[in-house]
Amino acid sequence: MTRYVMVADLNRCVGCQTCTASCKHTNATPPGVQWRKVLDVEMGEYPNVERLFMPVGCQHCSDPPCMEVCPSTATGQRKDGIVTIDYDICIGCSYCAVACPYQARYKVEEPRFAYSSGPTETEAIRFDEGRIGVAQKCTFCADRVDAGLAKGLTPGVDPDATPACANACIANALTFGDLEDPDSNVSKLLTDNTWFRMHEDLGTDPGFYYLWEEK
Amino acid sequence: MTRTKFSRFGTSHQTSWDWRAAGNFICGGAGSSLLAGSVAAAFPEAPDWRVLLAALLLIGAGLVFVWTEIGRTWRAFNVLFHPQTSWMTREAYVAALTGALVAGWAFTGIAPLAHAAGLAALLFLYCQARILKAARGIPAWREPAIVPLIVATGLVEGVSLLVLIATAQEVPSSALLAALTALAVLRFASWLRYRARMDASDMPPVTRRVLDSVSRGMLWVGTVAPLAAAGLTLAVPAIAPLAAVAALVAGAHFKLQLITRAAQVQGYALGNKLRRGHPLTMKPGAAEATAR
Repeated sequence: MTRYVMVADLNRCVGCQTCTASCKHTNATPPGVQWRKVLDVEMGEYPNVERLFMPVGCQHCSDPPCMEVCPSTATGQRKDGIVTIDYDICIGCSYCAVACPYQARYKVEEPRFAYSSGPTETEAIRFDEGRIGVAQKCTFCADRVDAGLAKGLTPGVDPDATPACANACIANALTFGDLEDPDSNVSKLLTDNTWFRMHEDLGTDPGFYYLWEEK
Repeated sequence: MTRTKFSRFGTSHQTSWDWRAAGNFICGGAGSSLLAGSVAAAFPEAPDWRVLLAALLLIGAGLVFVWTEIGRTWRAFNVLFHPQTSWMTREAYVAALTGALVAGWAFTGIAPLAHAAGLAALLFLYCQARILKAARGIPAWREPAIVPLIVATGLVEGVSLLVLIATAQEVPSSALLAALTALAVLRFASWLRYRARMDASDMPPVTRRVLDSVSRGMLWVGTVAPLAAAGLTLAVPAIAPLAAVAALVAGAHFKLQLITRAAQVQGYALGNKLRRGHPLTMKPGAAEATAR
């Protein structure tokens, strides 16, 4: 069995948003849509204030509420835990968006481009009509993972089999891998460090782990 | 800035569902309970066909509202693909069943078909309530107490419409007014329970403010006014429609506010269960102590 997860080290993340940019570049998401983004979090009250950066996006839950509510079966889950959307089936009802506690889903009603004068050359080439009027979200770069696996590569180790955000991270804060493999990079990180998951009380069993060493 | 380390932050109003979704809950709730109420009032006979038609039109109007909101309108029938877990799919099937039963009664005149339609309409109302509860991203919707509240609100709307219809024909019966007042009290009790549960939860401040304003409407317009008007009806029968209108308006206002203003998203938060160890090999309950 395989269970792909992402580990984000909050002590390492510098909030540079390189993961955000690489995700947008890889997945050609329109303005306002960020499958991966980094939150700038300030905590406490003056003068006892802390600041950290928190990468967020689809948590690829084991028990995804988005999949449960989806009336069209467009939202599915692969055997490796990656939560998917079939753009050809989705009706764009946005029920998944209100069911997701992680604000990970987007719906774009009409084509949007960076400049009002129309799409840039790249945007025109990469525009996907199939994503208009339907739900969209992070896929853990499932196509990269699959292509890499077909070449015999290891997701989370070999860049060609690893999500773009983890590849791009300058601080080595994002790590992707197989939780079921006790020798994987993510397993070692979770074994050796303290971690939490967001909104665990909602019973979603998220596949996104945050390493955090409280100071 | 978050006030404490584990406070939720980044809450904002959901922008996925707007007044059209509220329209489905308002029209669908009123229509389904009008259908069920008219069947109950006429039992064992079948109710007036015009009332059943009006009820179906209300349910249909609600579904049309939703249809205009979805991104791919011509794929609407894909909504039927997931009855295993999706309450939206179940709502669609039950709506179709309700319509089919009413049509069956209209063509055959077999009263039990109309009775079955009444039961199906109640099921439709329940599906609507469960649709909201399943939305785990919205604290104001996922609260389990929302289910009896939505059902009670729908029932009040349906009986209110029955009172208005009866008023148009003659003076509504005292039994109908008694049902309206009883349901209004039941709705207010459901509302108090929902509010208590929400107050005990970590709901976003905006949600709290909206619910505070809805509370006043629920009490004075949705409960006190109908009770007073129903009481005064004993002396002044012409005042009966006021009770129905007040109860109806309060319910519609509540649903509109619930969908369009109280629906703050969950937001983000740091997990307050810091652990160490591989997640798949940890023993349940033994995890947190390692970290703090």
